[in-house]
Amino acid sequence: MHTFGYRANALLTFAVTALAFICAIASFSDKFSNQNPSAEIQILNINRFQKKSHGNDEVSLTLDIAADLQSLFTWNTKQVFVFIAAEYETPKNALNQVSLWDAIIPTKEHAKFRIQTSNKYRFIDQGHNLRGKDFNLTLHWHVMPKTGKMFADKIVMSGYSLPDAYR
Amino acid sequence: MDFIGETIDSIKSIKIRQLLTQAITLGLIVTSALMIWKALICITGSESPVVVVLSESMEPGFQRGDILFLQMTKEPIRAGEIVVFSIDGREIPIVHRAIKVHERGDTKEVDVLTKGDNNDIDDIGLYAEGQLWLNRQHIMGRAVGFLPYVGWVTIIMTEKPFIKYILIGALGLLVLTSKD
Repeated sequence: MHTFGYRANALLTFAVTALAFICAIASFSDKFSNQNPSAEIQILNINRFQKKSHGNDEVSLTLDIAADLQSLFTWNTKQVFVFIAAEYETPKNALNQVSLWDAIIPTKEHAKFRIQTSNKYRFIDQGHNLRGKDFNLTLHWHVMPKTGKMFADKIVMSGYSLPDAYR
Repeated sequence: MDFIGETIDSIKSIKIRQLLTQAITLGLIVTSALMIWKALICITGSESPVVVVLSESMEPGFQRGDILFLQMTKEPIRAGEIVVFSIDGREIPIVHRAIKVHERGDTKEVDVLTKGDNNDIDDIGLYAEGQLWLNRQHIMGRAVGFLPYVGWVTIIMTEKPFIKYILIGALGLLVLTSKD
């Protein structure tokens, strides 16, 4: 009953169980954090707005992004992935989500930022429906924990629109 | 040395009834592991509810050796979600983030473009030739949670098979020689 094998086995089982329990508690503790992130996005300029040769509209724009995501960070946060998506509706598609810019925020110190940037990913429609189009800019964030459940949320900002003519 | 001696002694003293009990115990262990796996498939709706990260394309979020828990629900795919997809002609599924989503109004069919957080460019180059978008049938699940490091066990066992055989052998011996 008290061989080396048994003792090693018991120790290993207990260690793994304890570790799993701690991980579960760490993940659960994220639920009690108080989150109040804020964001503000402005379109500074429409750099280009064209119908491409394959018939799809493409826009290039410059954004001014200010956000404060510091409250998302807890002791179980490994990183926060943040991105801005243009979201709109067209006759063909009930939902279009086009990611324009994203970033990985590694620490709380970097979570309050303001940048001016042109879109990192190409803003191309499936079709040519972008002239005069009203759209939302949504700031999404995905919190990656050190261990456990990932969670995500967003701030939707509406009232943006594209010009009526190509330029 | 005592340990080895005792082990050999206990193998010698095995009787037929004991042997049968142990075979049944071993069978129970194997079948319950299988039951847990199949139950997970049913609950999560994903063909492979647990996957190990093999590449560095999602660093620093997911590192090589992390374990991901997948879920496949009827909920629509949205930008930002980390999806696991398989491409025709590629054996190993890929875990990347959706950056563009176009969803049809009537049929709810969906076109998704993915990208690894650590990659500079999107995944069109990884897709099958001529494929521009992922559709629903390519997507095996979305990542909902993860455990760091645990997957290293499987990585080591696939890369160094003899460790796997030693481990299986040792476990088998332990089950056979246990007197409970």
